[in-house]
Amino acid sequence: MLAQLFGFKGGVKPQTNKTPSVQQPIGVAPLPPRLFVPLHQSIGGAPNPLVQAGERVRKGQLIGGADGWVSAAVHAPTSGTVLAIEQHVAAHPSGLPTLSVVIEADGLDEWIDRRLIDHRSLAPERVREILRDAGVVGLGGAAFPSHAKLTPARAVPVEHLVINGAECEPFMTCDDMLMRERAEEIVRGIAIFRDLLAARQVLIGIEDNKPEAIAAMQEAVRRLAEDYAVVGVPTRYPAGGAKQLIRVLTGKEVPASKRSTELGVQCFNVATVYTAYRALAHGEPVVSRIVTLTGNVRQPRNWDVRLGTPMCDVVALGAPMADTSCYLMGGPMMGFEIPDLAIPVVKATNCIIAGSPKLFPPNPPEMPCIRCGACAEACPHELQPFELYWFSRARNFGKTQEYHIFDCIECGCCSYVCPSHIPLVQYFRFAKSEIWSREREKNAADAAKARFELRNAREEREQAEKAERLAKAAAARTTERKVPSAGPVAPDGQPAVADFVAVSPTSDAEAIKKAAIAAAMERARAQRELAQPRNTEQLNAEQRRQIAAVEARRAAARAAPAVEPDIPSAVPASPPRVGE
Amino acid sequence: MGFTTPPYLLADVSVRRVMLQVLLGLLPGIAAYVWLIGPSIVMQLLIATLAALFGEALMLWLRGKPLMLFLTDGSVIVTAWLIALAFPPLAPWWLVVLGTLFAVVVAKHLYGGLGQNPFNPAMVAFAVCIVSFPALMSQWPALGLQLTWVGQFEIIAGLAPRIDVMTGATPLDAIKTALKLGEGTVDVPTLLATQEVFGNFAGRGWEWVSAGYLLGGLWLWQRKIVSWHAPLAFIGGLSLLAAMLWAWNPLQFASPLFHLFSGGSMLGAFFIVTDPVSGCTTVKGKLIFGFSAGVIAYTIRVFGGYPDGVAFAVLLLNLCVPLIDMYTQPPIFGMKNEK
Repeated sequence: MLAQLFGFKGGVKPQTNKTPSVQQPIGVAPLPPRLFVPLHQSIGGAPNPLVQAGERVRKGQLIGGADGWVSAAVHAPTSGTVLAIEQHVAAHPSGLPTLSVVIEADGLDEWIDRRLIDHRSLAPERVREILRDAGVVGLGGAAFPSHAKLTPARAVPVEHLVINGAECEPFMTCDDMLMRERAEEIVRGIAIFRDLLAARQVLIGIEDNKPEAIAAMQEAVRRLAEDYAVVGVPTRYPAGGAKQLIRVLTGKEVPASKRSTELGVQCFNVATVYTAYRALAHGEPVVSRIVTLTGNVRQPRNWDVRLGTPMCDVVALGAPMADTSCYLMGGPMMGFEIPDLAIPVVKATNCIIAGSPKLFPPNPPEMPCIRCGACAEACPHELQPFELYWFSRARNFGKTQEYHIFDCIECGCCSYVCPSHIPLVQYFRFAKSEIWSREREKNAADAAKARFELRNAREEREQAEKAERLAKAAAARTTERKVPSAGPVAPDGQPAVADFVAVSPTSDAEAIKKAAIAAAMERARAQRELAQPRNTEQLNAEQRRQIAAVEARRAAARAAPAVEPDIPSAVPASPPRVGE
Repeated sequence: MGFTTPPYLLADVSVRRVMLQVLLGLLPGIAAYVWLIGPSIVMQLLIATLAALFGEALMLWLRGKPLMLFLTDGSVIVTAWLIALAFPPLAPWWLVVLGTLFAVVVAKHLYGGLGQNPFNPAMVAFAVCIVSFPALMSQWPALGLQLTWVGQFEIIAGLAPRIDVMTGATPLDAIKTALKLGEGTVDVPTLLATQEVFGNFAGRGWEWVSAGYLLGGLWLWQRKIVSWHAPLAFIGGLSLLAAMLWAWNPLQFASPLFHLFSGGSMLGAFFIVTDPVSGCTTVKGKLIFGFSAGVIAYTIRVFGGYPDGVAFAVLLLNLCVPLIDMYTQPPIFGMKNEK
């Protein structure tokens, strides 16, 4: 055990409601007749479909290839026939459709040929690729591709590898049950991540309201003779936030502007570690996950659900009660209301909660902020939410950034404690999305402006060159006229030309030079502007990576159709920074 | 069901509950007031409450805001009670009504209502009335004045004449006036020992009212309705200046204990400088606000022309709140070592 825990400021203690769903072991959800597997299930690039309608696929077969480094592959969750690759409602509060592979299960559940790999026998780069192609992403809910987090920073060795089994969201027990039942595989999986990061110490943090999970993990660590520390951390939401858990276990605070590896620490969820182990040691890509089904249901329980299973099929397993009025995906603090039960289970679906008006009463009316500061006291990132609220309301987005809006992790503690019942998180999301969209507009406008200015400069230059040519021609003609009797070659003709050039076309020559200088300066300025960090430095690491990936793709797309020769210099391709 | 937003769980808190607890916190002080000074304060509380509810309802209606939601949030009753407790207990009814309406209509609603007022409404009421009606605002019931409920009611309602004999000065005023008139021939210890208006450690009776406010304030602190920063800093600022001058010349300056339990010190410390709307929000800001208010309150009550300085001190600091808050923003998670 560790001698000292560090704690974090803020946080709240809502009712945990975890007991009902841990009464039974993890069940295996029955195979649905049809699965709808969205291609884009992780942060980063959307995988490209690799199968066609009518094709037969086997369980674990790659159906979507990772697009770029920050992206993760998607696989067929069972064997069957691809019916279509079409738009299907996505696991998102908007309920908008996303490109999905529809598979009709054949009931055989026939695996692909699985290759077992010992990660120690391969180069780290190769292991990362395998993890990417096995679709291993953060299963805590963020779905960030794990391989992209498995590179240590160049200058800083990884001191601590934090394994997150805190599971602080109320109602949710999927990690708890996974640790209770499959502790050994988790502990074996940790070795993969530890080796890839060359981490010195492994700390497994579990909220102390899960004594069974702590005991199971300790037992597994002991049995496998590893030196990992299994640490019970005080139960306080959001202790399971990566940054909070890192703070509690190591005392390090990772700001939004830095990646945790820069501080010599990295954090992975227990379920992620488990899937990484299955991917390498069993050759099984991520085709299912543990989902907690709880809330207003008669049979709350954790289920091993194939990705792509429509939520209505999962929900039916719990026998929801008659007064069920809504379903949440994720926990009650950070989850969202499922707009349509046709939505499939995806890698980020850690929990489905049936809600009733009794369980989640409608929000009381929003009152004005009385600046009581309860939100500031509850904020685990020590922000001043009420100030951010005033600025967001006033659309004073510059001020929101000054007050660190991008350090907000949207944990919901502020809204939870607000006596005025202000949906603070919504205001912050609104402000963030406004800032992002303005950034995009500004960047587009800047690029257009740079293009316009460069074109002007080029036209000026061309005109000047033309003037020069004309002047030279005129000068030549004058010389010819001056010495008509001296024949084609005039010995004193040169000075005359020089004179001529010295008299009238000097201004032209100067103009040319000036235009050239102006154009060069303009190019340099445009480059400088593009190279400068834009107004998004408050973004967190994941958002930065996302943006970098988007920029890279955009640059590639622009470079491909061979636009004006000036453009490439104005729009340098910023390579995704993740792979470094 | 429409579009809903996380979190789906909310703590069992509300503005109404916060305000209700503030009112409960005032009860020990009010009880001492009724017991030792006289039951007229109950009438004043009632008058102020009714006036405040009327003013609030009127302004909500004019502004097109939901009436019941805001009338029942309790904030206006807190304002009303603070006004009643700050005014002289035998002040005529119309003075209390005037002050309350000014607080609610001008200081609160003209600035945008709940949560928007830059100045503490109760202190605005006090300041406006003491400037406009200095004589009425300085008439406090003389010690030993025995009046029936009906008698007190008649004075407040203006049915009985306001005889000068009925009214005296506050202990703070008494000490200041005596020192001024005495021109060095009287000293504080003698005054305290001889004059009937003084009790064990401050004004007779009033010292226990102040103790009641302290008790209620500590309860609010224990309930986490107020943080310790502003009250403690206020008490610290007031005591520090008082202690320095008292140590320098104990014949001319009363002790810090006297000042803490006189006038509006305790009411101010726990119920006025802790007002979240018009006060500072950062920890450092609360300390600066409280300390400065304490120092200014002492300065005004001892060297200024008014019997007490809490109201003016708080209003002055209300002005500085945006500036103080701006310069005292605490470092956030992960950025504590960066400058």
